[in-house]
Amino acid sequence: MNSNKRKRETLNRPGFITLLRSYFLRHVQVFFYSLGQLSRVPISTLMTCMVIGIALALPMGLHTLLKNAQQLSGGWESTAQISVFLKKKITASQAQKIQSDIQRWPDVISVDYISRERALKEFQALSGFGDALKALNTNPLPSVLIVKPKLSQTNEQATQKLLSKLRNLKQTDKAQLDMQWVRRLYAIMNIVERGVLILGFLLALAVLLVVGNTIRLAIQNRRKEIVVMKLIGGTDAFIRRPFLYTGFWYGLFGGIIAWMLVSFTMLSISSPIEKLTTLYQNQFELSGMSFLTTLSLLGISIILGLVGSWFAVGRHLREIEPQ
Amino acid sequence: MIRFVNASKRYSSGFDALQNVSFHMAPGEMAFLTGHSGAGKSSLLKLIALLERSSRGQVIVNNQNLAKVSRRRIPYFRRNIGIIFQDHQLLFDRTVYDNVALPLIIAGFSHNDIGKRVRAALDKVGLLGKEKKYPITLSGGEQQRVGIARAVVNKPPLILADEPTGNLDPELSAEIMNLFQDFSDVGVTVLVATHDIALISQLPYRTLTLKDGKLVNDSQPAL
Ligand SMILES: Nc1ncnc2c1ncn2[C@@H]1O[C@H](COP(=O)(O)OP(=O)(O)OP(=O)(O)O)[C@@H](O)[C@H]1O
Ligand SMILES: [Mg+2]
Repeated sequence: MNSNKRKRETLNRPGFITLLRSYFLRHVQVFFYSLGQLSRVPISTLMTCMVIGIALALPMGLHTLLKNAQQLSGGWESTAQISVFLKKKITASQAQKIQSDIQRWPDVISVDYISRERALKEFQALSGFGDALKALNTNPLPSVLIVKPKLSQTNEQATQKLLSKLRNLKQTDKAQLDMQWVRRLYAIMNIVERGVLILGFLLALAVLLVVGNTIRLAIQNRRKEIVVMKLIGGTDAFIRRPFLYTGFWYGLFGGIIAWMLVSFTMLSISSPIEKLTTLYQNQFELSGMSFLTTLSLLGISIILGLVGSWFAVGRHLREIEPQ
Repeated sequence: MIRFVNASKRYSSGFDALQNVSFHMAPGEMAFLTGHSGAGKSSLLKLIALLERSSRGQVIVNNQNLAKVSRRRIPYFRRNIGIIFQDHQLLFDRTVYDNVALPLIIAGFSHNDIGKRVRAALDKVGLLGKEKKYPITLSGGEQQRVGIARAVVNKPPLILADEPTGNLDPELSAEIMNLFQDFSDVGVTVLVATHDIALISQLPYRTLTLKDGKLVNDSQPAL
């Protein structure tokens, strides 16, 4: 009897290699099976994925815009410059003398001299007030020296030192660092960046809840199936698997939708933005999401899908027991 | 194969469904479990399949003390038991073939093996031509036989059946019982809960009778 039993048991169990092979095969099957299940209810699947997509597109789009803004303004920092407005009584030759003096300072790269005449011409051309200025018989504009600090000296203190040195020149009427507003912009962007981060965090949480709730409903719909699986010896891992893959698909599709939404938005605003930047004589091309960003978006989205379904399955699978 | 030692089951409601039940079934034995409605037949089967745990006493199945089987091990334990229900517990959105294949898929058999075993099991219950049908299109007797095929496809050493002939006419019931006899003949232990006294009186098997949760009679067939 005993040997009979042992024979029965060996017959009853697949070998280790078979087990391993069918384990992987099983994963692949469930992978596509869960996709098939979703495609059977395309409308509700699409709606869930849309919710995930929109929730992820919002912080992702803001992030991309912010990156663009940072890139755009990144060029401005190196163009930090000090405008030195000379006193009106300074003549052109005096001004040129000061220019070459300052040029020799070790913390200065270059000094540009803008004569009163040139300043007036540029102002007339750019401002559109040309005719109004013509009506004046004297040129109201001072001559200006544009001083560029050495790049290595762009740190705050060095620039401030240079600024006060220029202010103390007796020919100077006024000297002003044109970087103040850039700095303010940076501060604002820092705040916005943090806001985007918090928004992203909250919306990621929302995605978790959406996936969790959807999976919870799926579990309830398939209550009977789960009971049967448990009755005939399905392990928790076996029963969990299709739901986890469902979460995976939700995450993947949600991520793709988010990517499409962001790309489409960037595309549709790129031409107005280019128009805007050419107005500022700035060559700028709006960049979309980089390959790496796209990958991380999809990765995060998939992880959220998996984690959301993991929580739902963990919470609700135990409650379903054959009675 | 199955040994109950003073086993009792008290549900959380406080109801004593089984009290001090003791009996033993040898491997390969076939027996009926009978008694009035509410006597505790289903409860006893549930203790064996670990669908419930005994409140007192011991239940030993296949040399395993069930009190020592952890929650995590229950699925593996159940794979050695074929369970047949009055309401079949079939999945109606899957074909007959897929229903019967389920225990094999769960156990991780290879694709080829699954095909062979499923066809063998369906052949055994006389449903070989219906593997592509959905259970809903089958008669009650056929559905029950799909349930039996699923229970035995794994070749478990123990089969439990709870009212397997509940909705069937006498002729079909006899057919189902014949199937169980066949399994018993090849060394499978079979325990069938039923209140169909007329049916079991025709068959030469041991009968355990429950009354209000107590085992009141354990009769061997008159030879
Ligand atoms: N989960 C439960 N909680 C509380 N009481 C229960 C539970 N399951 C069964 N019972 C009670 O235990 C008693 C025995 O039930 P059981 O299902 O074992 O009887 P049975 O012999 O199978 O009856 P039937 O022939 O009607 O199927 C019944 O009185 C029932 O009400
Ligand atoms: Mg019952």
